Amino acid sequence: MSDATISAQRPRRFKVSRRMLPYLLSLPALLTCIGILVPFVTAIWYSLQRYRMSQPWNRGFNWGENYLNFMTDSAFWNTLKVSMTYAFSTVALELLLGLGIALLLQRRNRFNNFVSIMLLMPLMTAPALASLMWKLMTNPGFGILSYYASLIGLEDFRWASDPKTAMMTVVIVDIWVYTPFIMILLLAGLRSLPKQPFEAAALDGVPRLFVFWRITLPMLTPFLLTATLFRVIESIQQFDIIYAMTQGGPGDKLTVFQVEAYLNFFQSTNVGRSSALLMILWAITYFLSNIFIKNWLRLREKQRGDA
Amino acid sequence: MESVNPIERALRGIAITLVILFFMFPIFWIILMSFQTNETILRMPPSMVFTPTLENYMALITGKLETSAGILEIAFMKNLFNSFFLSTASVAIGLVLGVPAAYAFARLKFKGSEDIAFTLLSFRFAPPLLVLLPLTIYFQQLGLANTYGGLIWVYQLIVLPLILWIVRGYFEDIPADVEYAYRIAGHSWGATFRKIALPLAGPGIAAAALLAFIFAWNNFVFALVLASADKQPVTVGALAFVTASGIQYGQIAAGIVLSIAPTFALALYAQRYLVEGLSLGAVKG
Repeated sequence: MSDATISAQRPRRFKVSRRMLPYLLSLPALLTCIGILVPFVTAIWYSLQRYRMSQPWNRGFNWGENYLNFMTDSAFWNTLKVSMTYAFSTVALELLLGLGIALLLQRRNRFNNFVSIMLLMPLMTAPALASLMWKLMTNPGFGILSYYASLIGLEDFRWASDPKTAMMTVVIVDIWVYTPFIMILLLAGLRSLPKQPFEAAALDGVPRLFVFWRITLPMLTPFLLTATLFRVIESIQQFDIIYAMTQGGPGDKLTVFQVEAYLNFFQSTNVGRSSALLMILWAITYFLSNIFIKNWLRLREKQRGDA
Repeated sequence: MESVNPIERALRGIAITLVILFFMFPIFWIILMSFQTNETILRMPPSMVFTPTLENYMALITGKLETSAGILEIAFMKNLFNSFFLSTASVAIGLVLGVPAAYAFARLKFKGSEDIAFTLLSFRFAPPLLVLLPLTIYFQQLGLANTYGGLIWVYQLIVLPLILWIVRGYFEDIPADVEYAYRIAGHSWGATFRKIALPLAGPGIAAAALLAFIFAWNNFVFALVLASADKQPVTVGALAFVTASGIQYGQIAAGIVLSIAPTFALALYAQRYLVEGLSLGAVKG
């Protein structure tokens, strides 16, 4: 066949395949969506049931009862409180530290690049394994941190096994793992800021603290907001670090949403309560992630516009 | 703006040192510990001076761990293999399925494309257990519980959205005119995709693949819920280690070092893609 005949036929053939092609190509994405949505709907279903795996005869719809019960369930309020405390303390400290480190490493040079690459290592560590590392470091028998604690007069400092310091210990592990993430984001943000305002401020002899509050910080706000929302959404769902460290203990000190739901499902086999807990967590993250995604897409458009 | 003030220089130096100390010390300490016997680990006060031993690694490789209660057989190498297999297979499948889909989302705007993209994105932030716990029940019914196939399928839940969103951003950045020009020259859609779009989005695909591999490798909760011992990756395997009583601490440390070494090596080898993927993955797309 010559080229001429092909090009004569092409428009029609092209039209047919063109209509189907996107659907064919996006089929895996569509299937993943279904793969997510089916269990999701099932979870809603379960959350409306009285459903304990140990009592299959007793299973049935109780509609909103699982949710209503939360109102008077002190364990639920504890879960909410612990999750919020964890999320806000980790994210606040990580933001402060991340911003500080990003400012320290802002100038591009060999040393700073090397340090920022080294700081990525904690982020590359699986959170569950990071937790195990810190568990070894805080072991009362030989842990180096327990030893240092005893040196500064804190005899028998028991870190994660003590109800008073358990939260602090997992927050430290979270900071260790995730601060580099915020640092990388803010570093990219800082380095992408336009130079002119800073040059103008330097010419006018504006004090550096003033420059930071009035120029750097406002221009960095979209990045800070993105990083904050992203981390809050992740942190409120933290499971790996806490489960690997204490499995929610001591007592109910660290029973955050996902840990509590996991224990409900596998230990007390209370599928109904577990699902209802996860639905509430989902509602919280859905609310936050909608704000986040809008903000993110705007930032993305803006970045593209600048480029 | 040059900071010539000596006090400020000193303060900066101290701050940087403290930062490096906090973030690097745990890794350094765990590596040291993995070369020690129980005796030197338990020595008080701790000391950096010891004769290094490879015993811990040997025990892990042979799968026979010395404990206070005798020899315990733990197939840690099997966990390591599972991690490699699950992560590699998930990323490979994720790329084959995800890159063309990302192209469809970026170029061929079609009905419902934004809805699918948005659903995937919003569920990327949903609690994993919400989807996983009902799945355990389905998996048992489907016979997928504790199979590599089932696990790889579930891993797509993290790998695919990541690849889709990062690679889509890269495809959107390619000027459409370049592709039209190639099409007008008489090349098919498939050829345009292979010869023009794919190479131009190469760095994005590499970044996405790298990040997806690391996420898959570091995943803990999927295998904790869906796999039993013989299919578990290192993240879950190492936990079993710590809870099994009487295992020598050096062996735990060696296990952790072996588990984090692959992602560290990858990160160092491909740092440029990693930084790009991380900042794009979160900020850009």
